[in-house]
Amino acid sequence: MIVASADGRGWRARDARYRYPGGTADALAGADIDAAPGELVAILGPNGAGKSTLLKLLLGVLEPTGGTAEYEGVAAGLWEPVERARRIGVLPQHEEPAFPVTVGELVAMGRYPHLGPWRRPGPADRAAVASALERCRVADLVARPFATLSGGERQRARLARALAQEPEALALDEPTASLDVAHEMEIWEILRQEAARGFAVLLTTHHLNLAARYADRLVLIDAGRVAASGSPAEVLREETVSRVYGWPVRVEELAEPDRPGAPQIVPLRPAGISGFPNP
Amino acid sequence: MKRTIALAGLGAAAVAAILLSMRYGAVGMDLAEVLAAIRGVGEPSSVTIVRELRLPRAVLAALVGGALALSGGAFQALLRNPLAEPYVLGVSSGAAVGAVAWIAAGGLTIAGVGLPAAALAGALFAIALVLRIGSRVDRGLDVRVLLLAGVVTGSFFTACILLLLSFQQADAFRSAVFWMMGSLAGATWRAVGFMGAVVVVGGAALVSLARAFNALSVGEETAAFLGVPVDRVRRAAYLIASGLAAGSVVVAGGIGFVGLVVPHAIRILWGGEHRFLLPASFLAGAAFLPLADLLARVVVAPNELPLGVVTSFIGVPFFVGLLRRQARGIEP
Repeated sequence: MIVASADGRGWRARDARYRYPGGTADALAGADIDAAPGELVAILGPNGAGKSTLLKLLLGVLEPTGGTAEYEGVAAGLWEPVERARRIGVLPQHEEPAFPVTVGELVAMGRYPHLGPWRRPGPADRAAVASALERCRVADLVARPFATLSGGERQRARLARALAQEPEALALDEPTASLDVAHEMEIWEILRQEAARGFAVLLTTHHLNLAARYADRLVLIDAGRVAASGSPAEVLREETVSRVYGWPVRVEELAEPDRPGAPQIVPLRPAGISGFPNP
Repeated sequence: MKRTIALAGLGAAAVAAILLSMRYGAVGMDLAEVLAAIRGVGEPSSVTIVRELRLPRAVLAALVGGALALSGGAFQALLRNPLAEPYVLGVSSGAAVGAVAWIAAGGLTIAGVGLPAAALAGALFAIALVLRIGSRVDRGLDVRVLLLAGVVTGSFFTACILLLLSFQQADAFRSAVFWMMGSLAGATWRAVGFMGAVVVVGGAALVSLARAFNALSVGEETAAFLGVPVDRVRRAAYLIASGLAAGSVVVAGGIGFVGLVVPHAIRILWGGEHRFLLPASFLAGAAFLPLADLLARVVVAPNELPLGVVTSFIGVPFFVGLLRRQARGIEP
C-alpha cells in the first residue's frame, strides 16, 4: 500500500523495526529518522548497532518488520529499481570489480537507469558524466584503470558514478572508512557541496568529529534504538556518547570558523579501565 | 573509435578465416575458384565440394566458435569469475551423457538427427537440473551456489559417461571419445541453420544484457542500486549462455578453450566493456575456429585431428603470450 505523508520529502522512518530471518532479537527496534532535500544527515553508532540495517530499510533493500521506512512518501520497498536509481545514488560499503574497468567506464555505468539495454549515450548522458567527474575531481583520471587508484580516488570515482545517475538524493554506507585525513575531508567536502545543491544526503559513519562539523543533523543509534537525534550539539553530549560507545569521552568545542562551537569528541584515557595498562 | 575499428577488423578476420579454410582440403583451390564455386560457377565437382562440404563446414565453425566465445564472456560476467567458460556448469557433460547413451544404445553413426537430438536432450536436462539446484537454497539465484551446483552436476555426468564407456566395444568407445573431443566433420546446412538461429537469438539477447553485465561485474549490490533487476538478469544470462553452449556442443561436440580464452584476449587487448566485449568475442571466436578446423583437417590429412585438441594447441601459446605481455605492464 502506498501511503503518502503530508510533507514527505526525502527519507522518513517512523518506529522502523527489522529482525533478520531466524534472529531472536530486533536488529533495529524502532527508529525514527528524517532526511530532507538539502540536508546532510549522518547515522552514527557503534559497530553492530543497526546503522546499515536502517540504511537498508530506507533504501528498500530490506522490508521493515514493523513501522515504516519511506522515500518521498512512498514505502521504500515499493520503488521500482530503475525509478529508485534515477532518484537515489547509492554507495554500498563493499564493491570489488571482478574485471578491470576504467574510471570512465565505471562512472558511465551511472547512466544505466536512464539508458535501458539498447539506447546509445547521447549529449545529455555525456554531460551528466562530465559534470559528475568534475564535481568529484576525477576528470583527469578517466582513462586510469580503477584498480590502480588510491583508496580516496576510488571513493571519489564511485561517488562520481552515483552523481552521474543525476539523482536527487545520495545514500552512502561508511564512505570514508579507511581513508587518510585528506581523502576523508575531500569526500565530506563533496557531500557538503551536493547537499548545498539540494540533494538529501544520508550516510553512516564512525567519524563523530567530522560528522559534527559537516552534518546538519545526527542520528545516534545504540543497540537498534535511536539514543539521540538532532543537531550535533544535541546529540554529541559527553554522557550520551560515553554510554553508547562504552568509553569515557570529553566534549570540546571546535574553534574553526566553518562551524564554531561544533562539539568535538576527545576520548579519555582514565586510570583503572580494566584490562588496559594505566596511562 | 578504437573499438569500432577493432570490431571491423575482427569481422574482416572472420570472413578471411572462413574463405581461407575453404581453400584447403583433398582438392586444393585458389581464392578465385572458391569464390566462383560459392556462386555456382566452375567445375561441377568443385561447386559441389565447396557448396555442400566446405562452405557449411566453415560457416558452422565460425558460428560455433562465435557462440562459444559469447557464452564464455557471458558466463564470466554472470559468475564474476575469470575462470568461467561455457562448459563450467555441466552443459557439455550433460550433452555428452546424451550422446554416449545414444551411441551405447547402438546409434553408431555420427550423421543423422538421433545423436544431436540425444545430446541436446542431455544438455537441456543438465541446464534445468543445475538451475533447479542453484535456485533452491533461497528464492534468489546465488551464483556461488549455481557454480557449485554446476561443478557437482558436471562431475556426476562425467562419472555417468565413464560408466557407460566402460561397457562399450572398441568401435563405440572410439566414436564416443571422438565426439567428446569435438569435430565439425558432420557439418550440414541443417546444422548451420540450427546454429545460426541459436546464435541470432542468443546473441541479441546477451547483448541486450550487456549494460547489466557491466554493472554486475563491479558488484552485485552496486548493480541492484543502479536499477539492474539482478535476479532476472542472472536467470536470463544463465539460460541464454547455456543455450549457446548447448547448441554448439550438439552440432560440434566438446570444443574447449575457445570460450575461456577468447573473451580474455579481447579484454586484455581492448578492455572489457560488455557492449563491446560480447560482439568482439563473437567475431574473434568466429575467426579462430575456422582456422583451427583448417589445421585439424590438413595436418594429418586424410585423417583429422580432434578439433578440441587443436584449439588448445594453438590457443594456449597465444594466450600465454598475451598474459606475459600484460604482466610486463604494457596493458595495466
